[in-house]
Amino acid sequence: MNVIKTENLRKVYNEGKGNEVLALNGLSLTIDKGEFTAIVGPSGSGKSTLLNIIGGLDKPHSGNVFVDQVDIIALEENERINFRLRNIGFVFQAYNLIPVLNAKENVGFIMLLQHEPKEAINERVDELLTSVGLENQALKRPNEMSGGQQQRIAVARALASRPKFVLADEPTANLDSKSTAALLDIMEQLNEKEGITFIFSTHDQRVIDRARRVVTMEDGTIIADILQAN
Amino acid sequence: MKTLVTIAWRNVWRNKLRSGIVIASIVVGILAGLFIMAVTAGLNDQRLKSSIDTYLSHIQIHHPGFLEDFDKKDTITGAKTILNKIDTMQHVQAYSKRLVLQGMASTAHGNYGVKIMGIFQNEEKEVTDISKKLVQGTYLNKLKRNPIVLGEKLANKLNAKVNSKVVLNFQDASNNTIATSFRVEGIFKTVNSSFDEANVFVKYNDLAPLIDLSGKFHEIAIRCTNVNETIPVKTQISTNNLVETWDELSPELGYTQKTMNNFLYIFMGIILLALTFGIVNTMLMAVLERKRELGMLLSVGMDRRKVFAMIMLETLFLALVAAPLGVLLSLWGIEYFGIHGIDLSSVGKGLESFGMASRVYTKLPAVLYVNITLMTLVVALIAAVVPARRALKMNPAEAVKAI
Repeated sequence: MNVIKTENLRKVYNEGKGNEVLALNGLSLTIDKGEFTAIVGPSGSGKSTLLNIIGGLDKPHSGNVFVDQVDIIALEENERINFRLRNIGFVFQAYNLIPVLNAKENVGFIMLLQHEPKEAINERVDELLTSVGLENQALKRPNEMSGGQQQRIAVARALASRPKFVLADEPTANLDSKSTAALLDIMEQLNEKEGITFIFSTHDQRVIDRARRVVTMEDGTIIADILQAN
Repeated sequence: MKTLVTIAWRNVWRNKLRSGIVIASIVVGILAGLFIMAVTAGLNDQRLKSSIDTYLSHIQIHHPGFLEDFDKKDTITGAKTILNKIDTMQHVQAYSKRLVLQGMASTAHGNYGVKIMGIFQNEEKEVTDISKKLVQGTYLNKLKRNPIVLGEKLANKLNAKVNSKVVLNFQDASNNTIATSFRVEGIFKTVNSSFDEANVFVKYNDLAPLIDLSGKFHEIAIRCTNVNETIPVKTQISTNNLVETWDELSPELGYTQKTMNNFLYIFMGIILLALTFGIVNTMLMAVLERKRELGMLLSVGMDRRKVFAMIMLETLFLALVAAPLGVLLSLWGIEYFGIHGIDLSSVGKGLESFGMASRVYTKLPAVLYVNITLMTLVVALIAAVVPARRALKMNPAEAVKAI
């Protein structure tokens, strides 16, 4: 069953200003539940634009995006914000944790926004901190943790609300080899055990090697879509 | 909401130096504003008090035409009935009956126009404080015949000292000019040099026979138990004579008193307006520095209203820390100088010409402390709107990648 389906996405930047950039050129892509997919391609190929549109942060000029059968382009701004909150997990290149909250609070933050009961939040946060191997760092603030640890907290935060999929934009770009390997191990385990769908935008060969599907983009279109056996 | 409050409160202390500077600027602004307000209010209050104590009293009764041209024949009608009525009034502390003449005081050194007040010194002592302002001599109780008490400024101009002879020229009821010599028994000095220059006090019993007005009075000055009793006492005095309160007798004093608070609020408003720019600038910096974090919050699905509320709360917290601190410091300073006073003797002469003492005692009504605290909080919230709106306008997809 597909969790994401895009049809003929077209996105143009600086339209009508004389320096138009065609970021997506009729792109169609389907991602099924439980995939561990890397979207790769050179800078300017449209990876980030695609992720922004799939994540409901941006709108295409034409085309459709269905997430779990919901046409997210047709949603009103507030509906789309709420949809993101309840259905999509985000992992950013620069971790983007809230500096004034500790690890536990950061992980539980999205569930708080969803008005989940305190007991349920605590249970889920403890479970996720254990999953990412940081149960002993629960009370540390981001500036007291390494980059790798912060990104693991960011992954735990993205998973806290049990999203339909996780979008990870260059998640390993700021990490060393050891941290990258540890992070990928964790995401792989979560993907295999809990069936969570991960979609990466990446240049990192270490991520590409671990992905089970690699979608290669160039000039706003998909030029290769390969299933890999790891 | 609790999470928002927690994040906002912790964000305030993320950059202690910056928050400290904003808090300090609000504290200093409030302190300076309230203190200057307290000095102004203190000066005004002292001016009012000295005017009432020295010459106005709370209420004065005159013949309806007397104050227009000071005609000697315009004496109070039915004075005895009025005085009997006043004697029964609970909130009248004292009263003084007076004859008031326009005249000239002369010595070998010169002639100066003066207002001659014929008084009963024991009554006058209870209504005005001239008897307590003597710098030389005594208050009309030593010399048996024709003693006079005059202000230091006039005494200096006339080169008169205690026991010096001063000739008063005035007209009697038949407009005959009379010149009578008086002997200086006392010299007073009030905080109002203009008053000291233009007023002399003699005994009623010495003056009345000279102008054939024995048993008649031009003026009855009434001191109430409290300034707030002025209107109730006035309304109880039923007479065809003119009954006026201190603020009707001296409209500029009443006007100043009435408009004082408006001036003080405008003054404080200007200070707070200046603070607004500081708060806007600081909070804008705070928002722009946290672009990536705010972008993340918007990306993951935090309601824009909550992002807006978070920035507003941060600013409100800064003001909630600073405003009470500023008000408490001001309260301490104003109380201290309210007891010990501030010496303004370097500009004392200028102040005296306006009827103000050279030592000012700061004073501020309690309601102003409360209102200024509220004004500060409101101003902080207004100032927070600009940075909060800026945060809302961020494109989350771009903001999460901001450097």
